[in-house]
Amino acid sequence: MAGSGIAHMRNSTDVVLTVRDLVVEFRLGKDRVVRAVSGLSFDVVKGEVLAIVGESGCGKTTLGRAILQLPPPNSGEVIFEGTDLTQLPKENLRSARTAIQMIFQDPISSLDPRMTVKQLIDEPLEIWQRGDEQERSVRINELLNNVGLDSELVLDRHAYEFSGGQCQRISIARALALDPRMLICDEPVSALDVSIQAQIINLLQDMHDRYGLSIIFISHDLAVVKAISNRVMVMYLGKICEVAPPEILYAKPAHHYTRALLNSVPIPDPTRQTRTELLQGEPPSPMNPPTGCRFRTRCAASSVLCTQEEPQLREVSPGQFVACHHPII
Amino acid sequence: MNSLLSIKDLNVSFDTPRGMLEAVRNVDIEIAAGMSVGIVGESGSGKTVLSRAAMGLLQGSNVHRTGTVVFDGHELTAMTRPEVRSHFGTGMAMIFQDPMTALNPVRRIGAQISESLIFRLGMSKKDALKRSLELLQLVRIPDAKSMLRKFPYQLSGGMRQRVMIAIAISCNPKLLFADEPTTALDVTVQAQILQLLRELREDLGMAMVLVTHDLGVVAGNTDYVAVMYAGQVVEFSPTTKLFADMRMPYTEALLESIPKIDHPAGKRLLAIAGRLPDPTDRGSGCSFAPRCRYSQAKCLEESPTLKTDPDGHLYRCLFPIGEAL
Repeated sequence: MAGSGIAHMRNSTDVVLTVRDLVVEFRLGKDRVVRAVSGLSFDVVKGEVLAIVGESGCGKTTLGRAILQLPPPNSGEVIFEGTDLTQLPKENLRSARTAIQMIFQDPISSLDPRMTVKQLIDEPLEIWQRGDEQERSVRINELLNNVGLDSELVLDRHAYEFSGGQCQRISIARALALDPRMLICDEPVSALDVSIQAQIINLLQDMHDRYGLSIIFISHDLAVVKAISNRVMVMYLGKICEVAPPEILYAKPAHHYTRALLNSVPIPDPTRQTRTELLQGEPPSPMNPPTGCRFRTRCAASSVLCTQEEPQLREVSPGQFVACHHPII
Repeated sequence: MNSLLSIKDLNVSFDTPRGMLEAVRNVDIEIAAGMSVGIVGESGSGKTVLSRAAMGLLQGSNVHRTGTVVFDGHELTAMTRPEVRSHFGTGMAMIFQDPMTALNPVRRIGAQISESLIFRLGMSKKDALKRSLELLQLVRIPDAKSMLRKFPYQLSGGMRQRVMIAIAISCNPKLLFADEPTTALDVTVQAQILQLLRELREDLGMAMVLVTHDLGVVAGNTDYVAVMYAGQVVEFSPTTKLFADMRMPYTEALLESIPKIDHPAGKRLLAIAGRLPDPTDRGSGCSFAPRCRYSQAKCLEESPTLKTDPDGHLYRCLFPIGEAL
């Protein structure tokens, strides 16, 4: 797995974001390079929720940040609404970024502890001169009410006075302040209790429906993204393993890695405990990824071919693309 | 039942600037040797305070504690701190949520595992290192020999948690407290760590208290489950029985809220509305009533007591699931 290819790209007119051959590498001194994202391509159509799933170190966070040019990728294109962000001069990039907002994993530390909730949400509005103080104040109240917070009670309080779930609501209100057209959510619920996860996922779904947002939802847990996503992309060591709509991916995963990820999700039912084929070990270092298919060192189905040739993404059933020489069919 | 840990009518509260915070209220739990008990609840439900109190910790001047905790025939609640401490390692051991901050960042792994072997079992430094190597192999760390010389920052989260487990089991404890041991880890690594804990428990005959917010984690890893809400145990039952026949509306809501892989794609998740009540203001009535879909007028006035089914299934609800209103 962990292959390249562009078979899954849709060249429709609805595409809002196209990422092509994106490469992000970090230099760690002489001859030591972390290959975080290696020649990755995908697209997002308007109003779509694309889930990007993979283990720690697979490059999913780097990918999300590279879209916003944080930092700019080493090579490749990031075309958002017809503009290649990698080619934009700094000042134009700043204004282009208002349309793509990010939500981070740790909701408490991503909010400035010295600012009140009002200041936190006002900050982007003030920087971009969205109305006078009166208009902005109305807008802040509206945003807070939209994310399920009572604006009267929260406006003058600080982030540390809130629980993780409430802080994530504040982060979402802040991200929505500038009317973005795309949200990149980097593990937005993995720091939260399970009972709160559902609240935040439902809130993101509501905001998606209300504002017609396109969302990239990054997670390490396939169970979390199932309810909200329209398309799921599984990543491993900087490459794509499988791309498919959730109803296909969860029912009949074609990639061995996808199946292993599905098997690791705990099932809340003592009578249905599967003890089968747990994925053993941890991913190899992205400084020295395996040749051929990058997943082969942990894959039960790997063959000589997998060591020699990198698998390309291909369609194995309508809408389901997999990069594997020996897919599960 | 020959109990290893017996908690009777335990109450723990803290003095805070906002008033008395009642973290744990009227908890009774018995744990037999070799048994695995899950303590499940949301953040702030009191599950960590309960497990700390069960280890005889929490003795500060701002802590008010009543009730008794008896471990292996010793009453921890009547002991001084050094006396309690003498049971750590050989009697009970603990692993924590964040394996990075629980390990000493400036000491090598080998030295950290050896420490308790030297201190508790009186081993020589050489023997302790030899035993450390065996322990690292026992927790299935590849290339254990080179691991002895490494520092925690060189390890992944999963490897650090394995090292924590190696330290915890080094003196053959009778009871292992695992406080959210997999919450900071990826799902794939979580599955590996849970499998390791299961196998170690079988091999060593160790009892375990598994504290978690995820009912999915307790399902395959515990014999009994205690569900906590607002400092109280609201349901207690054998794990299989709990999932087959839940009585407490809170447990049902908690289970429904978990994102599951067999959830229909595109269908909305069932969230529990609202959040935990203020722990400094316990008020009257059932603590869960404001968030409960079955709540009646009576629930806001009368505090439910623990009821018992004939098979020992405990629940704290005036209108339990399965009974006509």
